[in-house]
Amino acid sequence: MAEQDKRLDRRGFMAGTVRVAGVVGLGGMAGVLGTQRSQSEEYVWQLDPDKCMACTNCQTHCVLDESAVKCVQFFLMCGFCDICTGYFPIENYELNTGAENHLCPTNALVRTFIEEQAGVRYFEYTIDEVNCIGCGKCVEGCALMNGSLYLQVRHDRCVNCNECSIAVACPTQAFRRVPASEPNLLMKKAQELLDQKAQQG
Amino acid sequence: MIGLRRTLLSAILMLPAAVMLQVAVPAVAQIPLPDFTEYEIPDTVHPAASPDWYEYLDLGALVVGLSAASYLALVSRSRRGLFVLAIASLAWLGFWRQGCVCPIGAIQNVALAAFDPTYAVPWVVVAFFVLPLVFTLFFGRTFCAAVCPLGAVQELVAVRPIRVPTWLDHALGLLAYVYLGAGVLFAATGTAFVICRYDPFVAFFRFGGSRNMLLLGAGFLVVGIFIGRPYCRYLCPYGALLGLLSKVSAWHVEIPPTECIQCKLCEDACPYGAIREPTVTQSADTRTSGRRRLGLLLLLMPVLLGVGTWFGFQLMVPLSRLHPTVCLAERIRWEDAGRARLKSTGVSGMVVETTDASEAFRDSGRAVEDLYREAMQQTERLGYAGGLFGAWVGLVIGIKLVHLSVRRRRVDYQPDRAGCVSCGRCFWYCPSEQARLGLIDHLTTNVEEP
Repeated sequence: MAEQDKRLDRRGFMAGTVRVAGVVGLGGMAGVLGTQRSQSEEYVWQLDPDKCMACTNCQTHCVLDESAVKCVQFFLMCGFCDICTGYFPIENYELNTGAENHLCPTNALVRTFIEEQAGVRYFEYTIDEVNCIGCGKCVEGCALMNGSLYLQVRHDRCVNCNECSIAVACPTQAFRRVPASEPNLLMKKAQELLDQKAQQG
Repeated sequence: MIGLRRTLLSAILMLPAAVMLQVAVPAVAQIPLPDFTEYEIPDTVHPAASPDWYEYLDLGALVVGLSAASYLALVSRSRRGLFVLAIASLAWLGFWRQGCVCPIGAIQNVALAAFDPTYAVPWVVVAFFVLPLVFTLFFGRTFCAAVCPLGAVQELVAVRPIRVPTWLDHALGLLAYVYLGAGVLFAATGTAFVICRYDPFVAFFRFGGSRNMLLLGAGFLVVGIFIGRPYCRYLCPYGALLGLLSKVSAWHVEIPPTECIQCKLCEDACPYGAIREPTVTQSADTRTSGRRRLGLLLLLMPVLLGVGTWFGFQLMVPLSRLHPTVCLAERIRWEDAGRARLKSTGVSGMVVETTDASEAFRDSGRAVEDLYREAMQQTERLGYAGGLFGAWVGLVIGIKLVHLSVRRRRVDYQPDRAGCVSCGRCFWYCPSEQARLGLIDHLTTNVEEP
């Protein structure tokens, strides 16, 4: 019996040693990671519009049934064109809003007449986010002209998976983690325009 | 985007040759912003993200859950309480928060942060990784019992458990360590987060996902009806870590509150095969042969390590193919060597078929040599990582064999500290527990009658 007690004690002592080492080790690791390699903010996924090539993977690879990626209009870059290559397909269309003339499969790109100047008609193009499925067809079309339409992860929808399924499928590795306080990315050109505007007051 | 525009424009201009030869088509000038009379150009609006305090709430929920689970398992010994807590965790961490952030996946964030200095890990994720480990060092795997949503969903379906043969149970149990090694390997090299990619239940938590993942999850649940917690026991990499730490925990669930009457009821009740029976006294012969076996296995250890390392190193090429950079480099090489499939364009005859990735790479204007150099570096890194992984697998097998041949003396039925998830199913079956609760009076009379 005495021998058994001693054995138990020895095992208990070893377990205790390992336990203390474990707590110290884990604490140390948390400390190192917490101070050296960490940031207090959460990360969120975002895609860099300069790298995006509108391949439609965003529409199909999100874990959500309806993708968290949607199209965004950067108005300062828009030409407000009558013949919008993001709105109309390249061939076989008539210049009206009939369903057969839409490049957008879900009627998410809304065309509104603004005004006519010297015979040129200007239209505003806005995204109806409820309808947008993030396929990027309009982005691809708009890239032929001004490229003001671009895709972005919408953070009210994104569930912020640890490994973003679209990022895995993205052919240009345009997805990256960004700090939650700066959750959106702009094209370089758009940023320049914004900076210019800010300088002008 | 400019590259894309160039490509598209040339395609429209019926100049596919220009695409192939990468002839620079002058970029189109921007159509200027019109001078509107009344219309004001709107700003782009972005929807607000989920509020910042959510992550602190999650962390709070984790601490409360771990404390409650430990209390319910060790102090109040309430199976019912643990069950309710498991359902609550499943609802909150599973269905409401949709499975992210979780300590199982956090292994990879921590591994990536440890190996890649450019990746900063949010400290909430570090806390999610560390807290259950620390709790396990003190109270056993109470995290698995009632806090982990993946465990909870399997706990709910384990209704007709059968006993897995011991040899199979031990063999399959090794998979979790192998998976842990693979998860760390892929995360640390920045290749992929495989543990998240093949999380079987997250598709359920989100009511959506790829068909294959839903099928995998459904498969685990169906198997889970008969084999309790298949993911936790045979795959969960975090469970493997927790099992190791649970072996040295300061306190642990005990089956009989007072004395064990060796009725074997608890062993039959445990759906996870985690209860060990009392040992019988050994004869001198078996003891000697046991010692000899242990000695041989200890000698075998370095051999296993060496063989594992060698095999792991052979994995260099297949492993590297999983890395996106290496993938792209291979594709470019393939196309440049003229070995990619040809497709007809209708106008200029046959052109080499490209992928989105290769087209984007060529548009980026980056030198091919640069890509190849990076791909070679990655391949080399993955080769070393593969060697380490192989050594890890060898080590795991060796330790398992040694562990199996080391004899432990047990007087009573005891939970296997590594395998027991503290679910509390055995409490109710223990006559000693029934006596404690005052449901039966005389424990001793039952024992002494044959």
